[in-house]
Amino acid sequence: MLSLFVSIPFLSLIVFNIPGKHSTRLALFWSAFLFIAQSALALLFSTGIINPVARQLSRIFIFKLSLDPLSLLLLLSIGVAAFAALLAGNNLFREKSQKSNFINLLMVAVIGMNATVLAADLFSVYIFMEIVAVSSFVLISIQKDRLALEGAFKYMVMSSIATCLMLVSIALIILVCGDTDFGVVASGLCAQSGNPIVKLAIGLFLCGLFIKSGLVPFHGWLPDAYSAAPSAVSVLLAGIITKVTGVYVLMRLVISVFGINPAIQNLLMLAGAVSIAFGALAALTQHDFKRMLAYSSISQVGYIILGLGCATPLAIAGAAFHFFNHTIFKTLLFINAAAVEKQAGSIHMDNLGGLSEKMPVTGATSVIALLSTAGIPPLAGFWSKLIIIMALWSAGNFAYAYIAVIFSVVTLAYFLSMQRRVFFGKLALSLESVKEAGAGITIPAALLAGITVAAGVGFFWVLDKLILPIQEILR
Amino acid sequence: MAMEILLLLGLLAAALWTVMTTRLLRSVVGLALTSAVLSIIIFRLNSPVAAVFELSVCAGLIPVIFITTISFTQRIAKSQIQERRRERFIRFFLLPVIVVVAGLALLRWLKIPALMLPAAAGETDVRLLLWNVRHLDLLGQIVILLAGAFAVVILFKEPRK
Amino acid sequence: MMTPELSQVFWLYSIFAALLFITGLYCVLATFNLIRVLVGVEILIKAATLLIIVCGQLTGRQALAQAIVITLIVIEVVIMVAAGGVILCLYKHNHSIDTRKLKNLKG
Repeated sequence: MLSLFVSIPFLSLIVFNIPGKHSTRLALFWSAFLFIAQSALALLFSTGIINPVARQLSRIFIFKLSLDPLSLLLLLSIGVAAFAALLAGNNLFREKSQKSNFINLLMVAVIGMNATVLAADLFSVYIFMEIVAVSSFVLISIQKDRLALEGAFKYMVMSSIATCLMLVSIALIILVCGDTDFGVVASGLCAQSGNPIVKLAIGLFLCGLFIKSGLVPFHGWLPDAYSAAPSAVSVLLAGIITKVTGVYVLMRLVISVFGINPAIQNLLMLAGAVSIAFGALAALTQHDFKRMLAYSSISQVGYIILGLGCATPLAIAGAAFHFFNHTIFKTLLFINAAAVEKQAGSIHMDNLGGLSEKMPVTGATSVIALLSTAGIPPLAGFWSKLIIIMALWSAGNFAYAYIAVIFSVVTLAYFLSMQRRVFFGKLALSLESVKEAGAGITIPAALLAGITVAAGVGFFWVLDKLILPIQEILR
Repeated sequence: MAMEILLLLGLLAAALWTVMTTRLLRSVVGLALTSAVLSIIIFRLNSPVAAVFELSVCAGLIPVIFITTISFTQRIAKSQIQERRRERFIRFFLLPVIVVVAGLALLRWLKIPALMLPAAAGETDVRLLLWNVRHLDLLGQIVILLAGAFAVVILFKEPRK
Repeated sequence: MMTPELSQVFWLYSIFAALLFITGLYCVLATFNLIRVLVGVEILIKAATLLIIVCGQLTGRQALAQAIVITLIVIEVVIMVAAGGVILCLYKHNHSIDTRKLKNLKG
C-alpha cells in the first residue's frame, strides 16, 4: 500500500515521457489529481476510516517502508504544496516545453520526498534526499536566468558538502551497527552511546542536516536560492523541499534513530533560537519581497527546531503542527510573491504599494498568511506556536520561551511592514494598469488561506486526529 | 601493510596534485588518477564489484563529463598562465602545509576508542543484497538517472532563437 | 570487541580519509574556478567512499558497503552531469567560469 505513494508517481513519470504525442494538459490534470489523492489519502489514514483496508493491502507491499502519524502529516503537506506549486507553475511558465519539464521534475521531486518520508533506512533516505536535491537545482535553473544559475550552483555545492558529511557519518554507523536500517541503527547506537565514534557520527549527520535545512550559521545558500529561483519553483522550494530534506529528516532521525539526550537537545534548542532571532532580524532589513520571505523561513524553521529540541511529547507534536502550518502559509506567501512579480513586474518592496485594491485576492490571502505566521488567534499558526511555547515553559526552558514570544512580535512587525509597503498605502503611478493574477494563482492561494483558517477554527479536531497521535512515535 | 600505506600515500599525493596543478585539464587527469588508485585500494579491501564501478565510472566516465564541460568553456591565453600560476601559488601553498601538519597531528594524537563491532551477519553477496534487500535503492537509482536525463535535456539544450 | 589489529587498520585509513577530506574542502573553499569547485566535491566523495568500504571490510559487511558505494557512484555521476550543465549555462551568460565574476556567490 505504502509503495503506491512512490510507485504511482514513478509510473506516471514514465508514461509522461513515452516518446510520441505529448499532452502537457493531460499530464497537468493527472499530476493535480495525484497530489489531491495523496493529501486525501493521508487525511483518511489519519482519521482512521480506511485503516482496515490499509492493513489488508499492506500485506502485498514490496518495499521496506514505514508509516506513522508524522509521515502521514508529511504526506498531506507534500500533496497540498505540490498541488499549489503545480497550478502556479502552469500559470507562470510561458513555453510549453518549460511547462512539461516543470511537471516532470516536480514529479521526480515528489517521488523523492514521498520516499524520503516513508523510507526506514539511513542510506535510502540519503538517496532520496539526493534525488530531491538534483531535481530542485535543475528546477531552479530551468529558465537559465543568470542569478538563478548562481543560486542553483551555490545550493548544489552546499548540499554536496552536507551529503558528504552524512556519508562519512553513515560509514561510521556501519562500523558501529553493521546496518543502515533505522531499528538496527537505533539499538546499536543506544548500546554504545558514550563512545566518541558514535558521538562523531551523530554530530556529522546533524551538521549535514543543519546545512540542508538552512539553519544559522549554515544559511548562506538559502536566501539566494529562494529569491533567484523562478517564482513557481521558489513556491515549491520554500514550501516543502527544504522542509522535507532538512527539517523532517532531522526530526525523524533525532526522534527514532539517534535518540534524544541532553547534549542533542541543547544543541537543537540553541540552533533553533539563534535561527529564530537571526532570521527575524535579517527579514526586517530586506527590501526584496522574496528575500524577506526566505529569511522569515529561516526564522520559522527555528521554531520547529526549538520545539524538537524541547523533546517532550507535547513539544514534538507542536513542532510537527508548526511544520504543517509553515508549509501552508509559506507556500501561500510565495504564491502571493509570484503573483506580485508577474503582475507588477517587480518584487522590490520600495517600488510597490497599494496593490490590494488592484489584486484583492492576493492582498487578502497575504493578510491571512502573515497573521498566521505571526501567531494571531484563531489562525492555525497561533495554535502551533502556543503549543511550542507551552511545552517550553512546562519543561522549564523559560529563556527559550521568552525568545519565542518576543520574536513572534518581531515577525508581526516585519510582515506588517511588508504588507504596508506592498499591498496597502498609496498606489504607485506605474502600477495603475495592474490586474489580479489568473485563476492558476488565485485558486491555490484561496485554497491555502482556507486551510489556514480551517485548521485554526477547527483546531481541536485537527489536534485530536492529526497532531496528538504524533506523540506516540516517542514511545 | 606496507603496500597499503604506499597506496594511501599515492592516493593523497594524486589528490593534492589534482588540487594544486595550474591547468584545469591536468586537474581532471589527476582526478582520474585518484579514482584509479582508490579503486586498487577498494579491490584490495575485498570489494571487487565496487572497485570495478569506481574504475570504470569514476576514473572513466566522470573525467569525460569534466572534459566536455571544459572544452565548451574558454581557454586562457598563454600570457595569463604565468599570472594565474603566481596567484594560485599564493592561495594554495598553504594546503600541503595544512595537510602535513594535520597528518602529523592525527598520527600523534588520534586514538581509536574501544568499540564493540557488530556480529557478522546478513547477505554476503552484493548482487543478491542489492536485488533482494535493497531494491528501494535500485528504484532510487532509476529515478535519479531520470532526473539526470531531465537535467541534460534542460541544461544542455540550446535555446531556440 | 575491535581487536588491536583491526583498530590499527581503521586508524590508518581514517587518517588518510580525514586528510583527503581536508584537501577536498580546501579546494572547494579556496578556488575561484567553478569546475575546480566540482573537483573538490569529487575529492570529498572519494574520502567518503574510502571510509565506507573500510568500515564494511572491518565489520565483515563488504556486500552492504559495496551496494552503498555502487549507488553512491551512480548518484555522483548524475550530480556531476547536472552541475556541469549549470556551469555551461553560466558560461554562456558570463563568458567566464571565474566565481569572482558572479554577483553573489559568497555570503
